[in-house]
Amino acid sequence: MGDLSRLVLKRLGFGLLTILVVSVLIFFAVELLPGDIAQAVLGQGATEETVAAMREQLGLDRPAPVRYFEWLFGAIQGDFGVSLVSGERVSAAISGRFVNTLFLASYAAVIAVPISILLGVFTALYRNTIFDRVANVATLSTISSPEFFLGYILILFLAIRAAAFPAISSISGDMSLVDLLYRTFLPMLTLVLVVTAHMMRMTRAAIINLLASPYIEMARLKGTPPWKVIVKHALPNAWAPIINVVALNLAYLVTGVVLVEVVFVYPGIGQLLVDAVAKRDFPVVQACCLIFAATFILLNLSADVGAILTNPRLRHPK
Amino acid sequence: MTKTNRFLIDRISDAARTGSISRRDFINTSIAAGLTATTATGLWTTKAAAQPKQGGTFRWGLHDGNTSDNHDPGTYVTRQMIYLAHTHRSYLTMIMGDGSLGPDLADSWSASADASEWTFEINPDATFHSGKKCTADDVIASLNHHRGESTTSAAKALLTDVVEITKDGDHTVKIKLNGGNADLPWLMTDYHFAICPANEDGTIDWQSGDGTGPYKIDGGDFGVQWQLSRHDGWHREGAYFDKVEILVLNDPNARQTALVTGDVDAVSLIELKTMALLQRDPNINIHNIPSAGAITMPMFCDTPPFDNVDVRNALKLSINRDEIIEKIAFGAATKGNDFHHSPAQPYWPDDIPQREYDPDQARSLLKKAGAEGLTVSISTADSVYAGAVDMAVLYSEQAKASGINVNVVREPNDGYYSDVWLVKPFTLVSWGARPTPDVMYTLAYKADAAWNESHFNNERFNELLLMGKAELDDAKRAEIYREMAIILRDEGGTIIPFFNNFVYASRSNIGTPDALAASWECDGARAASRWWSVG
Repeated sequence: MGDLSRLVLKRLGFGLLTILVVSVLIFFAVELLPGDIAQAVLGQGATEETVAAMREQLGLDRPAPVRYFEWLFGAIQGDFGVSLVSGERVSAAISGRFVNTLFLASYAAVIAVPISILLGVFTALYRNTIFDRVANVATLSTISSPEFFLGYILILFLAIRAAAFPAISSISGDMSLVDLLYRTFLPMLTLVLVVTAHMMRMTRAAIINLLASPYIEMARLKGTPPWKVIVKHALPNAWAPIINVVALNLAYLVTGVVLVEVVFVYPGIGQLLVDAVAKRDFPVVQACCLIFAATFILLNLSADVGAILTNPRLRHPK
Repeated sequence: MTKTNRFLIDRISDAARTGSISRRDFINTSIAAGLTATTATGLWTTKAAAQPKQGGTFRWGLHDGNTSDNHDPGTYVTRQMIYLAHTHRSYLTMIMGDGSLGPDLADSWSASADASEWTFEINPDATFHSGKKCTADDVIASLNHHRGESTTSAAKALLTDVVEITKDGDHTVKIKLNGGNADLPWLMTDYHFAICPANEDGTIDWQSGDGTGPYKIDGGDFGVQWQLSRHDGWHREGAYFDKVEILVLNDPNARQTALVTGDVDAVSLIELKTMALLQRDPNINIHNIPSAGAITMPMFCDTPPFDNVDVRNALKLSINRDEIIEKIAFGAATKGNDFHHSPAQPYWPDDIPQREYDPDQARSLLKKAGAEGLTVSISTADSVYAGAVDMAVLYSEQAKASGINVNVVREPNDGYYSDVWLVKPFTLVSWGARPTPDVMYTLAYKADAAWNESHFNNERFNELLLMGKAELDDAKRAEIYREMAIILRDEGGTIIPFFNNFVYASRSNIGTPDALAASWECDGARAASRWWSVG
């Protein structure tokens, strides 16, 4: 397993480098936006004097690279600074929101991943039947519509017509888990509908691909029942691509939920990021983007590791 | 009265008692049902007038709130901050439902003969949510927060005339100005001047969120939601709900859906496009209130071609206000007449002839100015007003009849007020409601005003502005503002197509007073303390 840990370390090193590059890009992208934080905070009410006073208080009169390196050295020591707008600690501002996003993402993942893998296996098993066609058409139509549209459709039928679920997912800390799950049902369902097709189709394709292999034919000739051929013989070899696509979709669940958050007014990190960009609140933008970058890197890393663990051949590269 | 009509009258009386129709609707409907106006008015007082009752929770959905907002009155800018401030904090004075000025923290106020020194008597019963009495020191510190060299307050410009703020005993505050200002008590309703508890060193403690308002904050997050409960020691009438929940609902669809499904009891803004559809829902009452907010199209009076008054007037004559109100504002607006003074403000002159769409006269003015075949560019962005770009395009079409070629430049939404407004010579701007004509003219039409968006410089206008400011006699003031309106209308550099109405909605389980204040949406942002539950 020495190779594996070396690989993980190497990947983590590259990951850190990527994060550093991302932080530079984000910083200068925020600098490029028209107007600055003093103007954004004071809005239409900004006069030259008040803008100057606020710039001085926030230290914006110093050159951009100086501010970047100050932030960087703070960040390396685990201090992400304070929000330029509210004066709140960035870590405090983000943590609650990030937990909310993680909650919604895991809620969706816990339901979407098993469903799509099972659907993938069943559609492979009953391929080209009515069941296969219906499952494919249904999931492809949900993935083809933008998520805000799906959200509105769900609101129309499940919140307005049927009044079964709340249209807005306002949540607060003192809610019970059942209440939380109930209030976030519609955004969860939207996300599930969005990610299911990708994972299901990949599972189905990977398995069908293997079904043409000689060893599967051997198993069939031995008289193994079709479900056993797929679960025992085909699936273990199909895990690598499936794990990859699952990891990608999990990353999407964390980073791509902004639209869903807006439609259902869910207090996640996406909305926080949008607000921070609008106000040029660099420390918050930076921290949000780093979290997103880290999520992608870590999930990709775990996908690679997972793929290697399920495939002995990859553990011993020639 | 026939049998059917009696049945109808009973039904609308019920509707009125529960607050789901207003007095005006009641009387109109009664007349339609065959009653005379006097009988209908009498019926309203004996049968229908709704009585506010205590209790319930008010769930209030607001547009325009950010996670980066805060409690600092100097940076108040979003509706979330402003509405929250009117709910958990107090001001010295407040604008009442009928548009008059009423007491909030100050019981009474009076001025010296030249209006340069004002005395406010603070209500001795007023307390902060922490239990501390509100005294003159708190008021002084709260006003000083917007004054001085180092202040970052957006309201600094409003208090530049203030020389000194002193106390005379625990509950009397004296404000000394370097010139007369008859509008000072009106100015105190500005959303920035919320009263916060003073620290020992004369600064204020805005961070804790403490205030003297009708509701105290139990918890919440900016950009998400707030929970408030009734402050038992509130010093005024009202505050009928036991609890108030404020939800930030920036997305128009989410906001309207929440209202339709009953997830909230009221929303601060509805989309004009869907107003007619929402109106069909019997559980929703739409409030369409003429306001002093305006859409302006300022031209720099010192930049060619706008430096010629005939060109400016030709551009003013080339706009078809009726069509714009119908198509862009969906009828929810009051026609403008090119002076920035709305019928919703005091001293409005009602006898100034309305400027109409007149391409022929515009052509002859252009000929006189030697500017035939004029081409101008107007800069706008959709964030200014829903439909702002469409409006500019429509104007461009209307102006073709006068032989004027208007190019519409679509600017980025982001940074519009820092990079376009006050920078480009011809723009489209949205103004919030200001309480009096003096405040509005001082902010944006006085020659040396920082926001003089039309670079307007008229000696007589500036002179009248100073005269009107120090005049305590209402009749004389009205005459002064009438003359200023005529100057702006005929010489100014601003086209004012319309004053936009506030259009918001509440569900039928919420009772509202007959007259709703026009200073902000939702009854002057005070819905939480002025409305009640009828469920």
